[in-house]
Amino acid sequence: MTAGAHTATPGPSSLRLVLTLAIAGLISGIAIIGIYESTLPTITANKARELREAVFKVLPGVSQMQQLVYRDGELVVSEELGKDEQAVYGGYDGEGTFVGYAIPGAGPGFQDTIGLLYGYAPERRLVLGMEVLESRETPGLGDKIYKDAEWVGSFSALSIEPAIVAVKKGSKASPNEIDAITGATISSKAVVRIINETHSDWSERLPRAGSEPPLTTSEPAGNGERP
Amino acid sequence: MKKSESYDELIKGIWRDNPVFVQVLGMCPMLAVTNSAINAVAMGMATFFVLVGSSFLVSSFRDWIPKQVRISCFIIIIATFVTVADYTLLAIVPKVHKELGAFIPLIVANCMILGRQEAFSSRYPVRLAVMDAIGMAGGFLLALFSLGAIREILGDGALFGVSLFGENFEPWVIMILPPGGFLTLGVILLFFNWFKLKKDEFLADVAEAERGG
Repeated sequence: MTAGAHTATPGPSSLRLVLTLAIAGLISGIAIIGIYESTLPTITANKARELREAVFKVLPGVSQMQQLVYRDGELVVSEELGKDEQAVYGGYDGEGTFVGYAIPGAGPGFQDTIGLLYGYAPERRLVLGMEVLESRETPGLGDKIYKDAEWVGSFSALSIEPAIVAVKKGSKASPNEIDAITGATISSKAVVRIINETHSDWSERLPRAGSEPPLTTSEPAGNGERP
Repeated sequence: MKKSESYDELIKGIWRDNPVFVQVLGMCPMLAVTNSAINAVAMGMATFFVLVGSSFLVSSFRDWIPKQVRISCFIIIIATFVTVADYTLLAIVPKVHKELGAFIPLIVANCMILGRQEAFSSRYPVRLAVMDAIGMAGGFLLALFSLGAIREILGDGALFGVSLFGENFEPWVIMILPPGGFLTLGVILLFFNWFKLKKDEFLADVAEAERGG
């Protein structure tokens, strides 16, 4: 109906076309800024909470954490992370005693980058836990690297020196060996490789066991749990 | 009269002109995100919100939008709603948002949505346009959910993450992989076409019987 009316009369002026699009774009822009601003606090809080939960999961017994940034050859406690800087998370128990590091690592999996976090106890040289943060592995097969509770659980008290080796299921013999998942061999080997590579990157940079940065209580214990 | 008309617009999208099973539109999200029921429902809800919102706006402003720039205007309106849906999902259900990934921004390119604006909302009054959008989006949601539920039950032995068959169930993994999407969709389309054929035959029989009598 509207179309018929337009073809009968000469078309609207270019100015009207430009104005229509400009107004539509302006309103759309305002709407997008509005939704971005109003959801940003929730999104940031979600991300922080997810990281916290992951750190607590890979370091059993930990109830407080702080970010440790590798800066000028040493680990310093810092909330800010520079562009080329890397960070690990120090985990502390209720009394503020150091338990271990939660170290993020990433590397190629079967389909896309696998990002993970693992807990490391420096004085015993053990991997205490592993949590996959992001992956696009095949549903039903490769995704067992985070859905298979038995496999995720086998990363407790795993010796990392010499490097972790993924072996055929059921043939785990020494403390640095782990059973690969049947049907997800490539993905499980990728996880092991990422941990080994990240470990060799960090093992030189971490301070001697016993001289870890102490917990600076910039935030009271229990903060971060949102009501 | 008026009432039955808008009711008809509502019902046609859900069954007779179902955007997926009859019009075969929106195949990209249909096959990509239906590997579990929760993903399918989240995608369906996001599309529902975008389609109903943009149909309402397009229909309200249909007399102000010059036809030379109508497609650009439709896209601006749709893209705005998609961005709103994207951030809302990210804030409320970050896990589902992660699974759906790039497919939420791609709702902009869902031909069903632009198709409804061009074919319906830009020509009819607001009430009918919204009814039509609710019907079409409801049909899309229903289609996504049925595909997602079938694939999750067969491929994972679960529905909405709740295990249905216990330990002894051997998951039919291919159903949650891409080929499973094509297989399931094919079987459902087969059913819809068979049903239509039977219905036409039945109607023809009735008509013949009436003539004979």
